[in-house]
Amino acid sequence: MPIKFPFSRRAAPSDAWTKCPTCDAQVFSKQLERTLRVCPSCGHHFRMSVGERIDLLLDPNSFEERDAGLEAVDRLGFHDDRPYTHRLEASRIKTGLRDAVVWGTGTIDGTRVAIGIFDFRFMGGSMGSVVGEKLARCFEAALEERIPAIVVSASGGARMQEGTLSLMQLAKTTAPLVRLDAAGVPFITVLTDPTTGGVLASFASLGDVVLAEPRALIGFAGARVASDTVGEELPEGFQSAEFLLAHGFLDAVVPRAELRTTLSRLLRILPVAAAADEERPDGDRSWGPIGALSGLAERLGGAVSETIGIDVDAEAEAAAAAASNGERPPSAPVPASRKEGP
Amino acid sequence: MTELTTLDAARPSEDAIEAAWRRVQLARHPQRPRTLDLVPLIFTDFFELRGDRAFGDDAAIVGGPALLDGHPVMVIGHQKGTDTESNILRNFGSPHPEGFRKAQRLMRLADKLGLPIVTFLDTAGAFPGPAAEERGQAEAIASSIKLMTGLEVPVVVVVLGEGGSGGALAIGVGDVVLALENSVYSVISPEGCASILWRSRDEARTAAAAMRMTADDQVDLGVVDAVVAEPGEGAHTDHAATAATLKAAIVSALRRLTGRETAELLASRYARLRGMGAYLETGAGAGRPAEAPSLRRRLGRILHLPGVPRRPRWSEIWPNDDGEDESERGA
Repeated sequence: MPIKFPFSRRAAPSDAWTKCPTCDAQVFSKQLERTLRVCPSCGHHFRMSVGERIDLLLDPNSFEERDAGLEAVDRLGFHDDRPYTHRLEASRIKTGLRDAVVWGTGTIDGTRVAIGIFDFRFMGGSMGSVVGEKLARCFEAALEERIPAIVVSASGGARMQEGTLSLMQLAKTTAPLVRLDAAGVPFITVLTDPTTGGVLASFASLGDVVLAEPRALIGFAGARVASDTVGEELPEGFQSAEFLLAHGFLDAVVPRAELRTTLSRLLRILPVAAAADEERPDGDRSWGPIGALSGLAERLGGAVSETIGIDVDAEAEAAAAAASNGERPPSAPVPASRKEGP
Repeated sequence: MTELTTLDAARPSEDAIEAAWRRVQLARHPQRPRTLDLVPLIFTDFFELRGDRAFGDDAAIVGGPALLDGHPVMVIGHQKGTDTESNILRNFGSPHPEGFRKAQRLMRLADKLGLPIVTFLDTAGAFPGPAAEERGQAEAIASSIKLMTGLEVPVVVVVLGEGGSGGALAIGVGDVVLALENSVYSVISPEGCASILWRSRDEARTAAAAMRMTADDQVDLGVVDAVVAEPGEGAHTDHAATAATLKAAIVSALRRLTGRETAELLASRYARLRGMGAYLETGAGAGRPAEAPSLRRRLGRILHLPGVPRRPRWSEIWPNDDGEDESERGA
């Protein structure tokens, strides 16, 4: 029987120190917050909550959450050792979130973007119907507003508790990307630790630019499955961000401290294409100094008409709205699907 | 939005487990007709096209143009083997990235020539080995899905045996999805699901029932549009009869699709995918209450005036508590 002292030593809160899983160093949690949750001794990138990501990436006070009210439903009546609804409730209490993705609009150094951010703490960031719906709406809003779309992923993959409905979210989140291509709206993905399974096998791999955080676990199947399949040890660094970079599936591995400036730079050099002029022959986009000037004139014209209240863009807006309702506007350009390489 | 009929969550009953597992076994039956068994019974003049033009040819996916009642179509399907030797050649029907890239190549050709596409799903899943990872398994699946969502030709998908996760969906995005009566479709194999959620592969039978992976369940969920009846005890008993019913179903689906305008076809495919899933739209607002701050409040925030509360940072609303439950993984 343990001996009890009449005066117990005040136990330090267990979360005052965090152990780094890479270098075993004990890091003071307050310090970890100051270093953007990067281990000061080895550079290990700890996972971040949605809130921390928003503060990291977006201009202060610019983020506005959208579709916050979407909630998961247990369509299958799924029960393993406890019902799916209990798992959902536990994750809601733990994280204060309704599901594993938060999306909204905000600005990065002044550039307005539609951004979806995963929180791995909510059922392993798994993608069910709500995550899929939110991301699809995020992409559709980017299309309608003609602003770049960004997704920051951290997910174990599709949510098994929703069966094939979660598998179908792979297609649901991917379909709007074809429309972004046709409309000339850029899409950037940031893969953070971990991004695996169905999330990697859909929109996350399909960014026009794909970035990742250092040493993030990124892969299709679990490393254990892969090693069981071949019955041998896997190479060092298998399924890391660096592994994907070396094999040509990433554009850059970006340390967290540089992530915001990197996104800001990319948004400047990969702007949304000028809206397709419907009177011009199909696909004939003018360029060069004259094109740039006329583009500028168009933009100025739009701004002026806005201020004096002439609604020249009403038609374009109606077309975009129709597109987001699942109907193709009659005059919209044909999706560029056959022009994409794999 | 799918109708929100939810079941009471409970462990599946023994009967439900038995029924689901019987379907899984039929779907995996060694004599079940495979893509290349059915193709000559449904189509004529099939000419197999091979290779992804980048890395190699993956025998786990087959495809090529053929005639369906005299009309040219593009046929693509997973191909399992029938014995050990052919299963090794076919990698048990589990494709590598080059298989999906070959499928993409054939789809682009169909799109170019305006051929309707018919795909047959029969795979336990995309191959999870290290070589597949190195060559971008996830990217290959993702870009296949993306390509299919934008194809300007009609696509009819048939779930023949096992519709296993992303490896199935990579050639399974269509305008009409049919499923043979004893086929199954799931987000992860029952064995994989059991080992993650029940921490034991022995619970695969239970997982099969819990995931509601039978063809009838998939119709109920809106993933599959129609079930195609199998002869007698199952498709393995009579390949010719299976092919005949299947052919009639494919022809009737294509007949409904071919008259459509491209824009209409793409719009309805988009709407079909967009409607997948079940969720509740509660009116609840964002984590931060909406407010129209007064000038005093706005200035006060900038100048840090006393009595004006600072607007909380998002990381204070959604902080990080680091508790991670590794059992709640996805697929």
